[in-house]
Order: sequence, then C-alpha cells, then structure tokens
Amino acid sequence: MKLVNRILATAAMAAALSACAAGGGSGTSSGPATAAARPAPVNLDPYPSTYRPFASVPTAIVGATVFDGEGGRIENGTVLLRDGKVEAVGGADLAVPAGYTRVDGTGKFVTPGIIDVHSHLGDYPSPSVEAHSDGNEATDPTTPEVWAEHSIWPQDPGFTRALANGGVTSLLVLPGSANLMGGRTVTLKNVPGRTMQQMKFPGAPYGLKMACGENPKRVYGSRGRMPSTRMGNLAVNRQTWARAAEYRRKADAGESQPRDLAMETLSEVLRGNILIHNHCYRSDEMAIVLDMAEEFGYSVSTFHHAVESYKIADMLREANVCSAMWADWWGFKMESYDGIPENIALVHNAGACAIVHSDDANQIQRLNQEAAKALAAGRRAGINISEATAMTWLTINPARAMGIDAMTGSLRAGKMGDVVLWNGNPFSVYSRPERVWIDGALMFDAYNPRLRPVSDFELGQPGEGDVK
Amino acid sequence: MSRLASLTLRLAAGAAMALSAPALAQDIAITNARLVIGDGSAPVDAGTVVVRGGRVVAAGANVAVPAGVPSVDAGGKFVTPGLVAGFSRIGLVEVSAVDATEDSNSRTSIFSAAIDIAPALNPLGTPVAVSRIDGVTRALVYPGNSSGLFAGRGALVDLGADRDMVTRAGLFQYVEFGEEGAARAGGSRAATFLHFRALLQEARDYGANRAAYDGRSTDNMLRRADAEALLRVLDGRDRLFIKVDRASDILAVIRLLGEFPQIKPTLVGAAEGWTVASEIAAARIPVIAVALTDLPDSFEILASTQSNIGRMRAAGVNVSIGLVDDEEVHKLGYARQYAGNLVALTRVPGATGLSWDQAFAAITSGPASAAGVDGDVGSLRPGRVGDVVIWDGDPLEVTSVPVAVYIDGVEQPMTSRQRRLRDRYMNPVEGDLPNSYDR
Repeated sequence: MKLVNRILATAAMAAALSACAAGGGSGTSSGPATAAARPAPVNLDPYPSTYRPFASVPTAIVGATVFDGEGGRIENGTVLLRDGKVEAVGGADLAVPAGYTRVDGTGKFVTPGIIDVHSHLGDYPSPSVEAHSDGNEATDPTTPEVWAEHSIWPQDPGFTRALANGGVTSLLVLPGSANLMGGRTVTLKNVPGRTMQQMKFPGAPYGLKMACGENPKRVYGSRGRMPSTRMGNLAVNRQTWARAAEYRRKADAGESQPRDLAMETLSEVLRGNILIHNHCYRSDEMAIVLDMAEEFGYSVSTFHHAVESYKIADMLREANVCSAMWADWWGFKMESYDGIPENIALVHNAGACAIVHSDDANQIQRLNQEAAKALAAGRRAGINISEATAMTWLTINPARAMGIDAMTGSLRAGKMGDVVLWNGNPFSVYSRPERVWIDGALMFDAYNPRLRPVSDFELGQPGEGDVK
Repeated sequence: MSRLASLTLRLAAGAAMALSAPALAQDIAITNARLVIGDGSAPVDAGTVVVRGGRVVAAGANVAVPAGVPSVDAGGKFVTPGLVAGFSRIGLVEVSAVDATEDSNSRTSIFSAAIDIAPALNPLGTPVAVSRIDGVTRALVYPGNSSGLFAGRGALVDLGADRDMVTRAGLFQYVEFGEEGAARAGGSRAATFLHFRALLQEARDYGANRAAYDGRSTDNMLRRADAEALLRVLDGRDRLFIKVDRASDILAVIRLLGEFPQIKPTLVGAAEGWTVASEIAAARIPVIAVALTDLPDSFEILASTQSNIGRMRAAGVNVSIGLVDDEEVHKLGYARQYAGNLVALTRVPGATGLSWDQAFAAITSGPASAAGVDGDVGSLRPGRVGDVVIWDGDPLEVTSVPVAVYIDGVEQPMTSRQRRLRDRYMNPVEGDLPNSYDR
C-alpha cells in the first residue's frame, strides 16, 4: 500500500503553496513574425542520453523454451546475440556460429527483458525518507514543465532488485498523480549509472503523465483551490489545453512569444511527439478523457491503473488505447473499489492492448507472477490465453505504449539484446531470473556474485551484497 | 482429544476466550486427497480428512469415513487446512482511504491498550469474502495505531459467511518499537523503552491497589481501562505482539523482556531478524515475519532480504509469514504467493528459502503457533477446527485457487462482489437494457 501512503502523505502536506503558476501563455503576441524575428529554435533534447551498451560477447542460448514477446513460442529454441543485438531466433536447427559463448537453456525459459510501464524508481527511491520524496511537484495542479528525469536518483537500490529478481531491462518512470498534468516521463534502461543520463534509453520518446479522479481534486481541494471536484479536474485540463493550442499555433507560425516550458511540453503532445500516460481508474472517466483528447487533437497512449477497463474494453479497443493494470489490486481507495482479477484478461479478450504494470518497488520484482495470476483468472473465466500471449503484457505491449517497440520488447532480429533466461517457467511462482542481458551485455548472473550490482547507498551497510 | 479436553478445561477455568460455537457445524469427509496436514509434514496421497461437529477428528492415509458422514471425492487434488493470516486487519476496513470505513486506527482516542477490535469487526465487508474464496479461513487481526504506545487488543477471527467473525477476542496486545514506537513515545527509541517500563509499572501499581488508583491525575499515564488491559499482558493472559525490525532493537527488546518473565511475547516484522537469529532462537520467542521485503525502505530495515525467514528457520527460530503493513486487508491470499517465493529461493544460489512443507506450515500452523492457538486452528490434526480447502492445483502457485472452502465444517459460498462484477461485464456491451439490469 505504498501508493496509498504516498497519496495520503501528499494530501497531508501542509506546506504553504508556492505562488508559481504553471504555464504562462498569457504573454503578449508580437504580431506577424518576420524572418529576422523568428524565435530561436528550441533544443528538444537538452539532457541527452549518454547510455552506451556495455561490453558483450557473441552469445547463443540453446535448448530453452522461448517466448518471443510477440505471442510466439519455440520449444528447444536457439537465441543468438551479437554486437548488442538479437541476431537470430529459431529452433534447434538454427546453427550456432563458431566462437559464440553457449548458454545451456535446457529446462529453462527465455523471454525478452521485462518492461515496466509504470515505475517511480529513482523518483521515490529507497529509503523512502522525506528527503527522497521527489515524485510529485504538488504545488500546482498542472506542472507539465517538470521532468521526472530531473528527480532520478541513480543509486536507488530498487533498480538492482528489479533487475535481479524481476528481469526488468527497461522502465518508464513517471511523476506521481497529485497533479492533473504531472510532468514528463523518462524511459530508462535498467543499468546502474553515475548519472541519470547514463541510464536514459536512447531514442525513447517523452511521455506526459496526467491523472484523473481522486488525487488531484483531493490534493488541491483540501487547500481550498481548484480543482476540488471531477468537473473541476476537467475544467482545469481543458483550459490548459486551450492555452497550449494557442501557444503551439504561435510557435508553428513563427510568432514570437515568451518561452514557456509547460506549454512547450503540451505543444509537443499536440504535435504527436510526446505520449500521454493517463492515470485513470474509473471507466466513465476514461470515456471523458477520450473525448477531451479528441476535442484538443491529441491521443492517449495508455490508461494507467485502469482497474475498470474491463467495463469499457470494447471502447478502448476502438480508441486504440492501452490499459496498464495490476493483477489484483483493489479496495485501497474508492476509485479502486471495482477492481477484479479478470480485468487484464477481459481487456485482452476484447482485442484491446493489455499491460501488467507495477507502480511499486516490490511488485516490479515479480511482474511475471502478476501476469500468471491474470492469465489464470482469465482461463477460469473461460478465456483461452496462451502463456506466450500473456508474455506480451510484459514485453511488446508496454514497449508499444512507450514508443520503443521498434527497438526492444521482443526477440526479433535487429532489436536490442534485452533478454532474460529464467530457471523455469516464468508463469510459475518457483521461477527466477538466472541471467539478464541488456543490449547483449550480461548484467546479472545468479551464479556469479560479481554480476550483482550494489548501489552506493548499500555499500558498507548491513546486508551489503547479499542475495536480496 | 487431549487438546479438546484442555480447551474445555481452560474454558471452564474461566480464561477469557470467547470461542464462538459455529452456528452450522457440519460433518464432512473429503477423500482421495493429496492431503496436507499443515504442520510441516509432507503431503500424503490418497488421504482422507474427517470433520465432525465442526472439528477435525482424523486426517491421513488410512482413515475410514464413518457411517453417516457425507463424503466428497477430491479427485487427487490438494486438500489443506485453511490458511491462517499471520497479520491482518480484515473485518476492520472496507476502503482503506475512506476514513469512515477504516476502523483499525484510533489515533485520537483517549484510550490505548484497552481498545479491543472485536466489536468493530464486520464479517459482511467485501474483503472478507475475497480472501475467503482465496483459501484464507482464519486471521489474526491487529489494531492500528492508538494515541499511546500500546495499540490495543487483537483477535483471532474466522472468515466464514456468517454473522460472527470472532474466534477469540483479546488474544493479544500489540505494541510497536523502532521508528514507529519512537514517534509514539515522543521521538526517540530511548523514550520508547522508558514508556514501556513506566506504563507496565503503573499497571502493576493499579493492580496492587485498584481502589487507590485515581487514573485521572496528571501524574497518571494510564486510564483504568488501559491499566486493566496491561495487567493481562503482565500476567500472560494476553500475549504481547511486538513489532520490531532493526537488529539492535530486536536485541534490546529481548533484554527488556527479561525484566518481565510472565509476558508471552511474539515478534512481528523482524526484517533484520536473520542477523540476530541465534539470539531470537535462544530466547524462544516466536516470530511472524515479513517474507519478501528486500529493500532498505527505511533505516531500520537496511539488511532486509527475502532470505530472512529461511535463515531464521535454519537457526531454529519458530518463524512464520505475516503481511505486516502490506496487503493486510484486501489480499490476504498474498501470503501463499510469498510462501511460494520462499520455496523458489531454494534454487537461488546464496539465498535461503523454505521447503514446500515448511513454507505451507508458515501460512497455516506457523502463525497459529506464534499466537498460541495451534491447538485449535492451523492444521488438520485431530481436534482442530474443520477449516479445509480443496485446491485446483498446487496451493503455493499463483495460478491456483480453491474449488471448495469449509470453515468449522461448513461449506462456504464461492462468490464475492468481485465475481459478480466479473459476471456482469464478461461482455460489457449492453443488450436491450443497460448493464444495471443484468444480475
């Protein structure tokens, strides 16, 4: 119930409000632009990724059952990694070239690296002391100008647990849900780094975190300011989008206007360059958000925590929106009251995009088990889903939602060599990652204590380097 | 039968155990089972369990079904005792963040140790049915925070579909040390220990001369009701459950308990317990521990690891699983997922897990033993309550669920509000009328 704690803590914060107002947009226009007056181009990538794949050797994993992450299953499969990429995937007949390190996968399973589309690692790191609470800029209901990457603490021990116990190779870190527009998301490769930039997924698009429902109206309503209701939520959102549309019009026309970081983010959403990740529990609110998106000309990539997606799975399929869901969380707040264990399977069964997400530093360590629960609940409800298909909820589907599916998310030749070797079927509670490769480099090996990263925070502390 | 006899004796002796008689106690036999007793022994194939009058009378491989007892063929499926939640607030909470439905915390009450959660329990709360059909039949229910150091009196409950949850009210008193205890005592661990001693001394004074005890003067720290509750701790009538995590705190608590030989303690949480496991074992204090906590979420659990329980078990500690401040209301079934994960650790180099048999005991007879009620609940040994679950697969697998649940020998309805929602929305598109007409 960390999520709840975080929400309650936010609501309880009695800190005085900053007078800062997100989004100017009221700056005076300077008339028709001339070539000389055109504003200087904005650098869209001022904090660029410095991630470089680590050293790798050509590797062949042979004899394992392979889930390719797109719904395919190969028995006694062969996976070849070379130069950081997936080189080839096939059956036992796929030849292993000379010079490849052979990994015996007999009795084991190979999957793409697990991808979590909803994490706060780095922004709400362990230990979760007040000084580390960097995920909600809860001083204004709309803060599209803040970027989650500027809060990332690379030394969060949670990254290492997600790697070793969860096989997580990529993750989306989002701002929290106190605000209607919480700020930009950041996509990370799950490798240790001295800096956030060293973890930043190269070429991943930005996202914008938005939030429906209880949190924004409670956080701001409790301070006697707008929004205090769901209708207030929508009004603030719509007014902000209207300002963004005008800012974008001027920017695209080359008209000069004061630079506004909030409006820049929203303009990029309207241009289709930033993906919307919308925290939204209730199905009726999702339907309203879809209309709002149409009203202002953007699209929603994914509804997060979508515990009621099963009630409108047909509409979500038509809208081509993903739902990122827990297997069985419910009841911790009013808008989660109608959560059911069959949600994920019902969304999938309707032909809509289903994703299993964590939002939790513990559950990110066992997303495979959460997918197994959802699969089993679906089967008991009479929905026929294969394990290979359910694996898409942890791989290609979140990759799609994050806009990185051309680069990772499945075992397809040419994609990043992000791979997990499990010591058994990942849909069993008894299985754990045995090795994890990121861009072809072996970053975790259960049998090699040297390949178990220890964050600076844990160095010299009780339990340092332990098998966690 | 000796257990039953001793129970009767204790009841006759007037011990304050409000054991509720099951309203619909039944006779039932389940045959052809992959039978798990729950006491740490290995599963038995072709086993039979017989429940009469709501209690187990026999369970094993060569057990005959008495004439007249209705029989169910399990078809070789797993048959186990119902799970016992080692840490829960089931029945006290409907929606966690809706204050009016949250009855575990009493932060501004003028009382503390005397707060008894039993009358607040709501067996019709929707979380009860959700965990019931997930195989949880009994639970230890803990009070949340009070305004004082002692939180109040917890209970053993059943999750049966009837009007009365209470199996035994006032089973234990709850107190938290460490960071939370320090916050309650005025800001430091030092103050926590002083408060603990001072409150118990005042309860003793009260017990020595009730008539002279004012309880209202500014010198008094205890109200009369709270003093009465602490007397029950001092003489061992109520167990004392102590939440403590940091290794140094655990050792300090063990030393502190040396001053109070009548107290019957159980440690709760114990995230760093593995680092002082031999001391806990030597003190013979049972532990209801966190299972999968492996992050340094606070400075008092820096050494946390999923091997915590396995290593304590290996050192001889009586340790079981509790969802300590975890999923203690809405998903008590997480305990079996955690138990399965502890089995998984046996295949991870450098980790210490539990065998399957140990892991299953850690969510059945283990918590019952830590609460001193393993003579009544938590296994299928003769004399225990007739809480029996038939599973569609390995009960420690996350893909398995119960196909039948019996509590006190009474077959339970396998439904919940969640299942009703599922059935309504299997096809969400409206028919001739809105979905609200579909039920």
